[in-house]
Amino acid sequence: MAIWTLLMNKAMADTFMPAQGTEIAKSVDNLYAFLVVVSFISCAILIGGMIYFAMKYKRKSANDKTAYITHDTRLEVLWSVVPLIIFMVVFAWGWVIFHDMRSMPADALEIQVTGKQWAWTAEYKNGVKSVDIVVPVNRNVKIVLASEDVLHSFYVPSFRIKQDAIPGRYTNLWFNATKLGEFHVFCAEYCGTTHSGMITRLKVVSQEDFDKWLTSESEIGTLPIAERGRKYFQTRACASCHNVDNPAAKVGPSLYQLFGKDESVQEGGTVKVDENYIRESILDPQAKHVTGFPKPSPMPSFQGQLSESELAALIEYIKDLK
Amino acid sequence: MGHSSGKSYIYEEPGLKSWFTSLDHKRIAILYFVAVMFFFLVGGIMALLLRLELFAPNTSANVGQILKNGDAYNQVLTYHGAIMVFMVIIPGIPAILGNFFLPLQIGAKDVAFPRLNLMSWYVFMLGASLAVATFFASKIDTGWTFYTPYSIRTGSSVVMMVVAAFIMGMSSILTGLNFIVTVHRLRAPGMTMFRMPLFTWAIYSTAVLQVLATPVLGITLLLLMMERVFGVGIFDPKLGGDPVLFQHFFWFYSHPAVYIMILPAMGVISELITTYSKKTIFGYTAIALSSIGIAAVSFFVWGHHMFVSGQSELAGVLFSFITMLVGVPTAIKMFNWLATLYKGSITFSAPMLYALGFMFLFAIGGVTGIILAVTAVDVHFHDTYFVVAHFHYVMVGGTLMAIMGGFYHWFPKMFGKMYNELTAQLSWVFIFIGFNVTFFPQFILGAKGMPRRYFDYIPEYEQLNKISTVGSWLIGIGFLFGLYTIIRGLTSGAKAPPNPWGSKTLEWQTESPPTMHNFDHDPIVTAGPYEYK
Amino acid sequence: MSTSRLINGVEVASHFRDVNHQYSSNKEGIWLFMVTEILMFGGLFVGYIIFHSLYPEMFAEGASYLDWKMGFVNTLVLIFSSFTMALGIYYNQVGQPKRATWALAITVLCGAIFMVIKYFEYTHKFHMGIFPGRLINPEMMAEHGHPMQHANLGMYFGFYYCMSGLHGIHVLIGMGLITWVMIRNIKGEFNPKYYTPIEGVGIFWHIVDLIWIFLFPLLYLVG
Repeated sequence: MAIWTLLMNKAMADTFMPAQGTEIAKSVDNLYAFLVVVSFISCAILIGGMIYFAMKYKRKSANDKTAYITHDTRLEVLWSVVPLIIFMVVFAWGWVIFHDMRSMPADALEIQVTGKQWAWTAEYKNGVKSVDIVVPVNRNVKIVLASEDVLHSFYVPSFRIKQDAIPGRYTNLWFNATKLGEFHVFCAEYCGTTHSGMITRLKVVSQEDFDKWLTSESEIGTLPIAERGRKYFQTRACASCHNVDNPAAKVGPSLYQLFGKDESVQEGGTVKVDENYIRESILDPQAKHVTGFPKPSPMPSFQGQLSESELAALIEYIKDLK
Repeated sequence: MGHSSGKSYIYEEPGLKSWFTSLDHKRIAILYFVAVMFFFLVGGIMALLLRLELFAPNTSANVGQILKNGDAYNQVLTYHGAIMVFMVIIPGIPAILGNFFLPLQIGAKDVAFPRLNLMSWYVFMLGASLAVATFFASKIDTGWTFYTPYSIRTGSSVVMMVVAAFIMGMSSILTGLNFIVTVHRLRAPGMTMFRMPLFTWAIYSTAVLQVLATPVLGITLLLLMMERVFGVGIFDPKLGGDPVLFQHFFWFYSHPAVYIMILPAMGVISELITTYSKKTIFGYTAIALSSIGIAAVSFFVWGHHMFVSGQSELAGVLFSFITMLVGVPTAIKMFNWLATLYKGSITFSAPMLYALGFMFLFAIGGVTGIILAVTAVDVHFHDTYFVVAHFHYVMVGGTLMAIMGGFYHWFPKMFGKMYNELTAQLSWVFIFIGFNVTFFPQFILGAKGMPRRYFDYIPEYEQLNKISTVGSWLIGIGFLFGLYTIIRGLTSGAKAPPNPWGSKTLEWQTESPPTMHNFDHDPIVTAGPYEYK
Repeated sequence: MSTSRLINGVEVASHFRDVNHQYSSNKEGIWLFMVTEILMFGGLFVGYIIFHSLYPEMFAEGASYLDWKMGFVNTLVLIFSSFTMALGIYYNQVGQPKRATWALAITVLCGAIFMVIKYFEYTHKFHMGIFPGRLINPEMMAEHGHPMQHANLGMYFGFYYCMSGLHGIHVLIGMGLITWVMIRNIKGEFNPKYYTPIEGVGIFWHIVDLIWIFLFPLLYLVG
């Protein structure tokens, strides 16, 4: 059976499941393969039996005599006990893996990940903030989840892990990525307008690359001001609602070549896009609404969340979008 | 409706007003029928709209975008879910078929409380109208589950919707209460509990669930209302509350509600399989008691909706274990139906096609349910399209198939007319194939990791979503054929004999349609319900 | 199907065999409805217990604002009204409808006394700025010499107003129902063979009282 599930595992992982990024993903897939096989056999018995009987005992005339069979205790016991045994096996098997998933390793690299409508932000021990979650390969990583507003759920299909992020308390999950590359992180708990856009990348890199990345990220303060603005634009997830390289609107207006133009607003008249207008729009998104966009604006206020220098860097970056 | 017999319940009292004030259980069933059909149409159109939106992923140039934005999609999604759950599937079988046939099957003249029965309909309509009214006020976008804290924050008429659900819950409680007393007190002489048809058993188990589970939904919704109006903070983390507690409360009702939705369907299937294979049911007692077993265990499995919600590992494991136990009575039913077919005389008229379709789809819905009950596997599948596919296999492939099958089966009894077999079968073919084309790909989508309630998706999911959307059109065509069959049957169906299918249960031993008093002579029961010899 | 017939002077709907059949069915229906009432309050009790174990200090602080004497008087009033309600049924069983009317009137009066006392309790709290949830007004409370200690005190009063308010609504409904059967009783619609509505309303009233018997210690005494 081990060989059989291994074969199944291989076949399924390529066509029906996302790439396996961890050892746990492999063990989940083994169990799933077993379940699929058992399910298939059960369905074959039930559906196959049904079709067979339906064909064999098709009505021949209106006066057909049928057998009078009321029950058979042996059969009843058989089809109560056999499913029960199977259920208990898969239950126990599932428990073993689930226990692994839920036991946080003590030596793990901890990353704080915060969900917010509609973006994830990762924060590392040395203070680096990033929208991409970068982790070293072959190392235990523990994600401590929090939410700033509503429920979210941190889901990495390739790792077969998922955990809700709950406002007001921490939840956690762990993984040990065995495969280099980029994986999707979805939000799996409905969280409003752009729930389906709350996607981020999880990059698995070598330990050296990870160290390098962490250092370069922490040296962000030495970058040119507009470059820093670009970083913040990413880490604050502005990009999930605003385009910067073409004029098409996403959830919010595109910022491409916007600076210096006149925008007509629903509050009446037009507004010249200058430093103060951008500043106001970031800190108080409900102040003015560009024509054609929803009111109240779905954009959260960043009042008190950005320092003056971060704000200045963002504005400088938006100025540069030509 | 053709010629008048003068005696049937349909013609006993003339005029539209007499319908809206009638205390007759059969007429009240027809009132529910009209309302539920309407809501099903609305919910169905919304489903088609959702599938249409998902036909292609959105690109920056807004290609593939049918609904205006994520908000519009989320609203349609919410109404589709809420309408289908609260206004179609939950009242579907108990309030229409149960109301009509429960008294007939036990040889009673009516339900125990006819006035309460009519009131339940008005209460239901009040709740349903309020729910529909929110659509014209400010649309709600919480999903039918109203999860906090999103439902506390989102700026839409959540309170009104919650009141609506509360009122419809009240109607559901009153209906359940009525049926329990009817079964306990109004059985004809000789109709012992274990001579009741299995449909009646199923409605009875459902009624117990309705009475015991719905009050908890009531108080949950009241608390949610308090939360919105006064900011009480019980579910609001900002005020020291616990949003996960809401999920516990909600699923404490809503998991039993899943069985409120499926148990009556199982009852219908028992009737169909016996009638159309001319066989006595295999394992009557096992099926009857498994209904009660499912009802009892269903109160202790709610946490399987919450394996990744932050509840403790122990809780997850316990709920997984108990959920496995629910699988056993379900398996018992399936195998007993299969055994009933053995050495029968099987005809493939439309109701039987639906019954066989039910067994086919429910088998798949059932085994995928077990897959989801395994903790470690559910962590991957939770809140993905795998779950969407699973519950549609159970709710549509199961319950809706049973509603359709039961409806054709009892159509001659309800209206005194025969339906057109050919169009009914054609309808089945489209629905059955369309259903599998729509929802089977969603299992694979879920396995590949596409979360549910997504307005948009990454390009690698496009192929399967396209197939799924095409399938939804087939289902739509199937239901159009169904609608045509019903209208044709009503307007120009041939007159139905009292017992066109040669069925053995009591409702077929009286006129089609029955008179106001159901039976000319009070029946005396001397044997079980399925004595095909 | 709404026809009925007279059996022994009692109207029996045609789907019931006889008076007893109708009576026992009606009574079962009422008891089932009571089960749903208890389950509904049960949900509130569960919530109360969970948050009480999470924030015992908050519940202690909240309870200190409640006057147990008023609650105790109300408990006595309700227990007494349960007694008079039972008398109302008893007098009908033994064919003394006039006395039954008096017993019912006293029951309604007790309900009214309960509500008046509740009214004073509520208005006193409103006056001090104690409102449920986010409406609670710490400044007003401080002005009245009771600064708020626990940040989420509003939640306790959420429970308080929710539980006692829902109960109060039931008392009001009960008073209405008792008045209704009282009027029917004055019209002479009941007799020793037929008094199901009074008994049904009585069961409702007892359950409402019973719920208060649980609410009183939970809200006023458990600190």
